[in-house]
Amino acid sequence: MPPDNMNVLEVVHGVVEEHGAKAEELIPILNDVNRAIGYLPKEALEEISRLVKEPKSKLTSVATFYQMLSTKPRGRHVIRFCESAPCHVAGGREVWQAVQEELGLKDGETSEDGKWTLITASCLGLCGVGPVVLVDDDMYGNVTPSQVPDILARYS
Amino acid sequence: MNYRSMVLVSGDPRSMERGAKAVYEQFQREINALGLENEVSLSWVQDVGRSDAVPLAVVYPEATIYGPLKPENVQTIVEEHLYKGRVAPGLQAPVRELSGHIAWISARKGTLPAEQRIILKRTGVIDPTSIEDYIADDGYQAFADVLTNMQPKEVIDQIKASGLRGRGGAGFPTGLKWQFVAGTPCDIKYVICNADESEPGTFKDRVLIEGDPHAIIEAMAIAAFSVGANEGYFYVRGEYLLAQKRLRTAIAQAEEMGLLGDNILGSGFNLKLHVHSGAGAYICGEETALIESLEGKRGEPRSRPPYPTTNGLWGKPTLVNNVETLANIPPIMRNGADWYRGFGTEGSPGTKVCTILGKVNVTGLIEVPMGITLREVISIYGKGMANGAHFKMAQTGGSSGSVIPSSLQDTPMDFESYQANGVSLGSGALLICDENTCAIDLAIVLMNFFRKESCGKCNPCRIGTERAYQILKNIAEGVGTMQDLEDLKFISKNLIELSSCGLGTTAGAPLENILQYFMPEVEAHIKLKVCPTGVCPMSGRKVYPETKLAQLEQA
Repeated sequence: MPPDNMNVLEVVHGVVEEHGAKAEELIPILNDVNRAIGYLPKEALEEISRLVKEPKSKLTSVATFYQMLSTKPRGRHVIRFCESAPCHVAGGREVWQAVQEELGLKDGETSEDGKWTLITASCLGLCGVGPVVLVDDDMYGNVTPSQVPDILARYS
Repeated sequence: MNYRSMVLVSGDPRSMERGAKAVYEQFQREINALGLENEVSLSWVQDVGRSDAVPLAVVYPEATIYGPLKPENVQTIVEEHLYKGRVAPGLQAPVRELSGHIAWISARKGTLPAEQRIILKRTGVIDPTSIEDYIADDGYQAFADVLTNMQPKEVIDQIKASGLRGRGGAGFPTGLKWQFVAGTPCDIKYVICNADESEPGTFKDRVLIEGDPHAIIEAMAIAAFSVGANEGYFYVRGEYLLAQKRLRTAIAQAEEMGLLGDNILGSGFNLKLHVHSGAGAYICGEETALIESLEGKRGEPRSRPPYPTTNGLWGKPTLVNNVETLANIPPIMRNGADWYRGFGTEGSPGTKVCTILGKVNVTGLIEVPMGITLREVISIYGKGMANGAHFKMAQTGGSSGSVIPSSLQDTPMDFESYQANGVSLGSGALLICDENTCAIDLAIVLMNFFRKESCGKCNPCRIGTERAYQILKNIAEGVGTMQDLEDLKFISKNLIELSSCGLGTTAGAPLENILQYFMPEVEAHIKLKVCPTGVCPMSGRKVYPETKLAQLEQA
């Protein structure tokens, strides 16, 4: 479910107005709606489909292709863990285990209280300071397993 | 104790054979004679990659190398360098000995030695949100010159003469690409800046855009003028929010100053630039997938030919260039092709922006001349291997590069030399691995990346990457067989020959490299059930495809 106080259609209308109801703006539109709501609810996709005049099937195919878009509800905080080679060589495996143990979640899972979603990501472009953990838009670099609980404690 | 200087004397077998011990003892005597023993530390060092000049001594913090040394030279070095603080004349190791492309310049504070900055010249120096800063540093000069004094053909000829090759990974001659687009008759054409940088270990484009956005805009304007386009797109990867913001600000500033928009500088040339955000897909760095994504579709590569140079965005002729490639354009137009050819090698002129990562002392972004060797990069820019470890392999160009064994450490890093050895330069990421990195484990990480990022359009890639991942996993779990290696060879051959786009083609490359260069290690995993580095789990559990796993669980 989208957050209670949020009107999905209002969000969609605002975003579509900003970008213009054109097919080539589809990805920016989906991106912004996803960012505002946290994921792409069915009613948002239907409304975008109506406004942009593109079939729903196409929207679903696009929305499921890109990593930053989600058609399933996500937790309040999304943890992206970089699993690419530079972070791996710098000690990423141990950090990944620590994150999984701390949260009791595996890759792609959302916690029952709806607080956390844990996903692995390909390179986040912050390789100079690997291993890298991204919580929402906050970047944590040179992470060690012992720092993981402190980092997670910052989010409510 | 804090020492102000450090002297390292090479103690590898070859140096010892040539009298390193006497040199070391002479240093000890001379340092004590001048009473510097509390200020200067003296120690042994292993091979520093200059076997042509052993026995040698490296003096830090200047990183000056003296060699080949005889005991009688030592007094001069201690008196001149350590006591008076100037480089002892005539005793330095001969420069330009390894690749012939760098001179060993001692480190100045805040800069790396021997770094030749063309592209990163302004990054970190000017205010990236100020167009005035950029203009004050020769910014938009090249564009104004091109617009008022040159014909498109002249611009393209100059780019061709410079020998610039695409920096996205494939190394295609840039001038030729421009010529193809310019030569396709059509009223509407597009230029696209490929800033969908998702190659693991690469963040040069992000730094370039964040640090010097106007340089890329100027290059786009020159490109658009040369090929006859009036509209351009920056396709920036979705995660790079700051880069997108910087570009939007910069475009608005340029429009306000009349450097973009209609009738630029009274020349009658119009250009509109847009910033388009990606949404997280590695494959969109492939130019036809990028175009599909720009049109609002799934980022699946198109079949080629036709190439984007004739049928690109909305079916129109389209020029797609990487950020770093574009960053080379204004300096080339300003200083000329001959100047540019003064950097790098004959076949690969210019510099390369690299990211150096992994088990070295200093990681980060560097700009090096083409043709430098990996050993030089590690010793000069990386300040040596971290914790005194030994170099085992390097992975170039993010996932789609190659695995470089230590035997190729002295091969010049340029397009031709690497190609001749069956490896590739890729996008410029240099992931340095020491002896604690397992070749199989690294291959698993790489293959995991490809299997997740494969768009799934063509079978060799979708199935091949998944299958290769499982086989490698099984080898790491200690249940691999020698037949698996035959299968891996078959898969990598299929990936390279049959994939529809570059993702599949390059996915096969690291596999081939590992089977070619690290066979003893791979065989130890299979025949002895031992991971020599102790990284792989070797649990004896077999890894099945997910569908098969579901069947097994049901049964």
